Amino acid sequence: MSKIIKYVIADILRNRIVIIYTLFLLASSLTVFSLEDNNSKGLLSLLNIILIVVPLVSIIFSTIYVYNSAEFIELLVSQPLKRKSIWLSIFTGLAASLSLAFLIGAGLPILIYQPSTIGITMLLSGIILSVIFVAIALLATVRTRDKAKGIGVAIMLWLYFSLLFDGFVLFLLFQFSDYPLEKAMIGISALNPIDLARILILLQLDVSAMMGYTGAVFKDFFGTCPGLLFSCVILLLWVGLPLWTSTRKFKSKDL
Amino acid sequence: MVLPAVASTLHVGAKRIHRTIQSGINAAKDGDTVAVDPGHYRERNLTVNKRIVLYGIGYPVLDGQNKYEIISVFTGGVTIAGFKLTHSGRSSLEDLSGIKVYNSNGVTIKNNILEDTFFGIYIQNGSKCIIINNRLKGTAVEEQQSGNGIHCWKSDNLTISGNTVSGHRDGIYFEFVQHAQIRKNVVSKNLRYGLHFMFSNDDTYAQNVFQNNGSGVSVMYSKRIKMISNRFEENWGDAAYGILLKEISDGTMEGNYFTKNTSAIYMEGANRITMKRNTFKDNGWALKIQASCMDVVLERNNFIGNTFDVGTNGSLVLNTFKNNYWDKYEGYDLNKDMIGDIPFRPVSMYSMIVEKFPAAMILFRTFITTLLDKTEKILPSLTPENLKDNEPLMRKAF
Repeated sequence: MSKIIKYVIADILRNRIVIIYTLFLLASSLTVFSLEDNNSKGLLSLLNIILIVVPLVSIIFSTIYVYNSAEFIELLVSQPLKRKSIWLSIFTGLAASLSLAFLIGAGLPILIYQPSTIGITMLLSGIILSVIFVAIALLATVRTRDKAKGIGVAIMLWLYFSLLFDGFVLFLLFQFSDYPLEKAMIGISALNPIDLARILILLQLDVSAMMGYTGAVFKDFFGTCPGLLFSCVILLLWVGLPLWTSTRKFKSKDL
Repeated sequence: MVLPAVASTLHVGAKRIHRTIQSGINAAKDGDTVAVDPGHYRERNLTVNKRIVLYGIGYPVLDGQNKYEIISVFTGGVTIAGFKLTHSGRSSLEDLSGIKVYNSNGVTIKNNILEDTFFGIYIQNGSKCIIINNRLKGTAVEEQQSGNGIHCWKSDNLTISGNTVSGHRDGIYFEFVQHAQIRKNVVSKNLRYGLHFMFSNDDTYAQNVFQNNGSGVSVMYSKRIKMISNRFEENWGDAAYGILLKEISDGTMEGNYFTKNTSAIYMEGANRITMKRNTFKDNGWALKIQASCMDVVLERNNFIGNTFDVGTNGSLVLNTFKNNYWDKYEGYDLNKDMIGDIPFRPVSMYSMIVEKFPAAMILFRTFITTLLDKTEKILPSLTPENLKDNEPLMRKAF
């Protein structure tokens, strides 16, 4: 299994797209930090990169990679290897290399310019989001045979998580504004890993505004140990569930 | 011919003629000095009714045994210095205090330490009193069962400076106090307001630090207040404001520094206030200005790193924003005069939404809300159209 992981990682790291992705992250995070005279504005721009670009690149790249390695996977399957370990190796390879790209591209500037709790939270959120969207991408690919359709599904999923879901929540908020929604919002935010990551960062970044009444409800929840544990568990579930489903599907898939 | 009385010094201590402070005071004449040796004095209630200087050597402890008011001053020209007052009695009916001044002028209270007193220093109908360099530390747990640090009622020409006040209900409380100077005090961690004043006109607040108080600072129903170079820090909570201005008119706020407050300034019914050269940094809302405010002028302030710069509740705008620096400004300056060519609208659409639906805060900084904000910037519909800075600065004002 480790041999396959090694091969996958080596293959991906040689890939031009990942190098460009790393350089893009590096360039943009260095610019946002050095152009803005106050670091908090830099962090805001970086927040957008983490919440939008990282999931997008992770999901699209992983989808395309899996489709492109269809022959390689077929070859591996013909060997005396467990399907489960093949699939998990591909996942590990993708997740590791995209996390590494993020770590170098955005992590280094963060650690240099903003080695605070906010910075570390951003760094960890970026990494977990990379991993989550690799897992979601694998689920999308294993369920659709056609490459074009698969990529389409991946893009739709990204659009859903980063835009449509929030629009839907906003709509709910307006419709049910007469009801106390604070607690329900916490539950709803668990349905979207991007939201969960964003709230964790927001609690650090806009802490003063979040201390208002409603914010305090979120702060009381997410800012405490059980809340933090809850968010971590949910985020890990967002890795685990899609991965588990896709592995099961891959085991019985007719290649 | 009348010779001036010669002032003498009376010593009080375990080995002196006067073993209790009260007997020292009783023996003293106007103009005398009563010097108190170090020690632990449990006297029921010291009554000062002569114009004397009462001073402690090496901070003698005056213990109120949780029953009594420690020092009561009934005459003018008294100086009380260098004592450590502890454990006053508690009574909301009588407002028992560490030091209470009744209807007297020119009382000086300096360099004392007050610990666990109900009210700390209480000036009741005094004038020209000086409260300087005292350290007050209360043990307030509940608002109803605690007193204020420095409490002044119906007084004028007070000077309050260099004091440290913490752990009381209100740090400094003023009611009907005119022409007072409040300078260089550090007021922190009080249950309710750091500074609370009502019906007090012509007062000056300068170089004070208000930090981490339950609800910040509250200024109500007063006229001609000057607030200069104060710091308002970390007043967190839904009802906590760096400073709350309610029914205030003709005030001046200059050179103040607001940082990390949920709302740095909340204004309601404020008229003719001039705000210049203030810095608002890392606050939730830098300014919540209700539509009931009139002729408030904001000029040359810096707004840096606030989540929301300005929030409001209506579309009526009778206030002026001019030449401020807004870090969120995205305009340009073609003629290079350091003034932006297009106006800046500091009220973002999302701050209006959050005002209406507080729970929407959870969606802050999502792609969709940023999109809504940008749309609103181009075609204002929800945000008040006239609330804008026509001449925003391109660089920090100072």
